[in-house]
Amino acid sequence: MDIFEILLSASFWTAAIRIASPLIFATLGELICERAGVLNLGIEGIMVAGAFAGWMAVYSGTGLWMGVAVAMAVGMLFGLVHSLLTVPFGLSQHVVGLGVTLLATSLTYYAYRLALPEVTSPPKIEAFQPYEVPFLSDIPLIGPALFAQTPLTYLAFILVGVVGLVLYRTPLGLALRAVGENPSAVAAQGLSVTGIRMGAVIVGSGLMAVGGAFLTMSAFDSFFFEMVNGRGWICIALVVFGAWKPGKALLGAVLFAAFDALQIRVQQMPLGADIPYQVFLMMPYFLSILALIVMSRRAEVPAALMVPFNKGER
Amino acid sequence: MNQSRNTKSFGLTRRRFLGTTAGTALLVAAGMPGALEAAEPLKVAGIYTVPVEQQWVSRIHKAAGIAQERGDIDYVFSENVSNTDYARVMREYAEQGYQLIIGEVFAVEQEAREVAAEYPDIAFLMGSSFKQDEALPNFAVFDNYIQDASYLTGIIAGSMTETGNIGMVGGFPIPEVNRLMHAFMAGAREMNPEITFQVSFIGSWFDPPKAKETAFAMIENGADMLYAERFGVSDAAKEKGVLAIGNVIDTQADYPETVVASAIWHFEPTLDKAIAEVRAGTFAAADYGVYSFMKEGGSSLAPLGTFEGKVPQEAMDLVNQRSEQIKSGEFTVEINDEEPKSS
Repeated sequence: MDIFEILLSASFWTAAIRIASPLIFATLGELICERAGVLNLGIEGIMVAGAFAGWMAVYSGTGLWMGVAVAMAVGMLFGLVHSLLTVPFGLSQHVVGLGVTLLATSLTYYAYRLALPEVTSPPKIEAFQPYEVPFLSDIPLIGPALFAQTPLTYLAFILVGVVGLVLYRTPLGLALRAVGENPSAVAAQGLSVTGIRMGAVIVGSGLMAVGGAFLTMSAFDSFFFEMVNGRGWICIALVVFGAWKPGKALLGAVLFAAFDALQIRVQQMPLGADIPYQVFLMMPYFLSILALIVMSRRAEVPAALMVPFNKGER
Repeated sequence: MNQSRNTKSFGLTRRRFLGTTAGTALLVAAGMPGALEAAEPLKVAGIYTVPVEQQWVSRIHKAAGIAQERGDIDYVFSENVSNTDYARVMREYAEQGYQLIIGEVFAVEQEAREVAAEYPDIAFLMGSSFKQDEALPNFAVFDNYIQDASYLTGIIAGSMTETGNIGMVGGFPIPEVNRLMHAFMAGAREMNPEITFQVSFIGSWFDPPKAKETAFAMIENGADMLYAERFGVSDAAKEKGVLAIGNVIDTQADYPETVVASAIWHFEPTLDKAIAEVRAGTFAAADYGVYSFMKEGGSSLAPLGTFEGKVPQEAMDLVNQRSEQIKSGEFTVEINDEEPKSS
């Protein structure tokens, strides 16, 4: 297969959308946090916790969607910890975020071992199966890629629309964007900057956890400790790539995933034998950085990102 | 099941031991080398960078559990120790008077050897990509040299692939992975010299979704037989209805319609040899890799199970013939640690 054949194959785009799905959830989550002025570096750990919590819930007998809800709730709990420390207490968002990542990963492992002290290999669950949307999945190329995925992938795409709508078309979205730009103005309106920011971080963290849960409940059917494998950090970059806009962030996630799906396939082409495999593994990151440079030139960073707000302070 | 319960309860006593009589640990350590009584179980500690469920480590953990049940050793372990923490944990166990410390130093080769040099009276048996060093007599190395079994699974794979296209997904191209892949490929070529191989490394030990994606791509590209070096590969094979070959552990129970055969690693001969050497006071720098060879009982071809009778007879004949020859030393599977490439 040459590159064009790969790019024109439905299975390639199906893989790209599948790889993108967890990134879409987590990127949206991070985007909500940052739009409210809080950088959430807890993302990697929260994804690990979500991956475990959702899978464990299903393994313990709840339904799949209940598992997603459990993952979300666990993510929100870590979001609460993060936001308490960064918003009312105004602590360093870098330190708190990394702290939350370390805490969440370690606690997850602890919980895993308590729950499953004697397993020989991590147990499997009945994961989400692909659902083919009638008629739409018959469209060539786009059909299988977009409409023959697991329900969680559909949810990810729907959420992009929902988040965009809320951010730009509702008073809540206006207030959320405003606390990330000019919190004093929001406070002057009589709204609680602390409340809005904490709410954003909590909801955003919930979405990150669902992104993690996608890995254990949709992409795979079992939990492994290091399986999030840096995907959270990629989402931080995708938010910048998307210029803090949900639609563009979705584009970034799909683009990154497409690069990844492509490198997997190009490795098997004749030139793959001559080029070290590390170069291929690096490609998605390298190309994303290039795209980031181009895309982020006109990006507007939320003016109050990483600036704690103290009521009454000038 | 039983064995891990034992290790768990021992973990509790260790905690108590630590909490109340930290001082005795030093005494034990000081008086350790010669003052051993044969009847007393050897104090063994395992240090693993991954959870004990991981294929490779699970074999060590299992062997240690068996030795403990036999009463040969008292076994404790720390799992999921990060590489940056590895030397500290080694020191902790060394200070507590453990006599034999087993583990894996693939990412801390230099540092682990430095720690071992500080505790010359304690035996270290470590999984390593390198060889022993005579200047460091208390540090022996091992690895899963199960190329004999991998070769046999290759013969089976070669006879079962219809497209003549085999996909292989690995974590990193380190010697342990490479040599098994090469042995597998050599076996497959015995049945069909024309077979082509797709080889990919995913740059991670634990990313089943990624391993699965890579396997999907190989199946799209014509592979109908996969070499499942990583978790996730057999899942892709199962979903797409192609076959897979297992590695290190037997995963057929999870994939009865998919996994044809597996090359199994048995750590027992390696550990038992080390226990005997420490007891005899003759533990020395050596490469314990040979105790993973098939003739030492360190590796085997898993029972075909659900695929009994489905593998072509000529392949099974060759498998049986080669097993005999390997055990008698007539036939040696080549050890090739170079990075395998797609063909």
